[in-house]
Amino acid sequence: MSSSSHHSHQDAPLGARAAMPPVRRQRGTKVRRQRVKAAWLFLAPMLIALTLVAGWPLMRTFFLSFTDASLSDLGSANLIGFENYLVYDDGRWFGVLADSVWWQSVWNTVYFAVVSVSLEVVFGVIVALILNAEFKGRVIVRAAVLIPWAIPTIVSAQMWAWMLNDQFGIINHLLMVAGIIDSPIAWTASATYSMWAVIMVDVWKTIPFVALLVLAALQMLPKDCYEAAEVDGIHPVRVFFKVTLPLITPALMVAVIFRLLDALRVFDVIYVLTSNSTSTMSMSVYARQQLVEFQDVGYGSAASTLLFLIIALATIAYLYLGRKQIQLGGD
Amino acid sequence: MNSRQLAKIAKRVGFWALIAVIMVYAVFPFYYAVITSVKPSSDLFRVELWPSTWNLDNYAQIFSQSSFVRAIFNSIIVAFSVVFIALLLGITASYALGRVRFRGRSTVLLVILGVSMFPQVAVLSGLFEVIRALNLYNNPAGLILSYTIFTLPFTVWVLTTFMKQLPMELEEAAIMDGATPWVTITKVFLPLMWPAMATTGLLAFIAAWNEFLFALTFTLTDAQRTVPVAIALLSGGSAYELPWGPIMAASVVVTVPLVILVIIFQRRIVSGLTAGAVKG
Repeated sequence: MSSSSHHSHQDAPLGARAAMPPVRRQRGTKVRRQRVKAAWLFLAPMLIALTLVAGWPLMRTFFLSFTDASLSDLGSANLIGFENYLVYDDGRWFGVLADSVWWQSVWNTVYFAVVSVSLEVVFGVIVALILNAEFKGRVIVRAAVLIPWAIPTIVSAQMWAWMLNDQFGIINHLLMVAGIIDSPIAWTASATYSMWAVIMVDVWKTIPFVALLVLAALQMLPKDCYEAAEVDGIHPVRVFFKVTLPLITPALMVAVIFRLLDALRVFDVIYVLTSNSTSTMSMSVYARQQLVEFQDVGYGSAASTLLFLIIALATIAYLYLGRKQIQLGGD
Repeated sequence: MNSRQLAKIAKRVGFWALIAVIMVYAVFPFYYAVITSVKPSSDLFRVELWPSTWNLDNYAQIFSQSSFVRAIFNSIIVAFSVVFIALLLGITASYALGRVRFRGRSTVLLVILGVSMFPQVAVLSGLFEVIRALNLYNNPAGLILSYTIFTLPFTVWVLTTFMKQLPMELEEAAIMDGATPWVTITKVFLPLMWPAMATTGLLAFIAAWNEFLFALTFTLTDAQRTVPVAIALLSGGSAYELPWGPIMAASVVVTVPLVILVIIFQRRIVSGLTAGAVKG
């Protein structure tokens, strides 16, 4: 834009610059140029901050993944190529990609992400539909629904750890009183149930987020097609699947992808609820354990880099879908 | 009573039952933490929905620990500083991104969106290095710095959305009067942006207050920890017997301010969350 106006200047004869219209135009570009300059000036602090805390550290993580750096002595790292990722030595494969615990953590993370996000979407839509109805005390119910979202993940993990306590937890107590189980379940310790305990806590905590996004979409829907459906006597369940669901799908997709990206980097809830147990270990827990507990920065950085690549792929998919959706939404 | 009226009543009962289930599901874990926290330790292992006896011993115990009081103090400092920095950098950046058309604008927006998708673990080793180089290891200032990675992109994103919605005429008048961009921001936009800033500030506060991974990794001693780490690391005499009473008391102490904030500002929070995601 600025280049085209610049171009028109050069074409104008020198004397014409003094004439009225070009002066106005020149003043316009001057203001524009000043504004663009100010814009970059205003962006600079943010860009510097993001470079310092995101860009540069990310580059360093990539670099460190090709070294044998240790946490106690980051300075004296030697380049070792792809050895942290995969290396064949003495008849055996070594490296993150050859570690069965890493693959276990990849599987755990994907399983966790898919199951918890699916449950969150189903329950989130139900809660949103309830909140979208008009009834007395709606504000109170909405505030109550927001509570799990506001509670720190660490705290919700501890609250649930207590409720899920194998000996004294209320959940085992209720299940036994109801006759569903005859002996207490070690929810957070057993390999079979611990992943479900983690999912339970995450679903509880993030239903509000999905519900609020869906609610926002529901409130923007046109009222007239519902009135038409009611006049025609169409069953509400049918109306939901034929009218509501297609209309809120874009918002639902955004919520799903936000939540999926979030779930793929899960750390807090798993770390607090089940510590470093391999049956629930996520990719983030694995990478941090290597980095901090085993002090192997090179190896841990390799795992972090792989996690980053997985999430980057998911993000690119999101941007692609997002663009499609904007095109669809823009008619 | 005919069948149609009956169906109508059944529908209403079902509806309110569903609301009751949702309410209990959302609130019960917090309620249970509260009643656990006021139980004397002898009653702790009796499962009940209403405490038969209660006292504030667990609260007295956690507040007598200097490390927990210190952790609350650290959390407050970190959260407020993070909010201040995020809003300061966010409002200027969002003016540039929301009001000025310039080349590279969409690239900057894309970068910001990309950073907000970052897994925190991916920058852990690099950030550890930066924090050590700046001599901020085991220092809340290191946390303030590192938290900008997730508060700043979000703040800029939401504020830009709000900034775009303000009418063009406002700014044209200021430009006509020859106001510089800085004056335009402080005199024209700032007064109008207060609601949006309250929303994003609140969300940034909650995010900083709740953060765990960086706080766990970049601090070492009890005196420098924030509340989430302090609660996660509370342990009793043995590995098998966690001090559930004090843990629940500490959990309630950290959560109550947030629950109050959410109840007061629920409208703002909802608008902030949906502006960040739906309009993204």
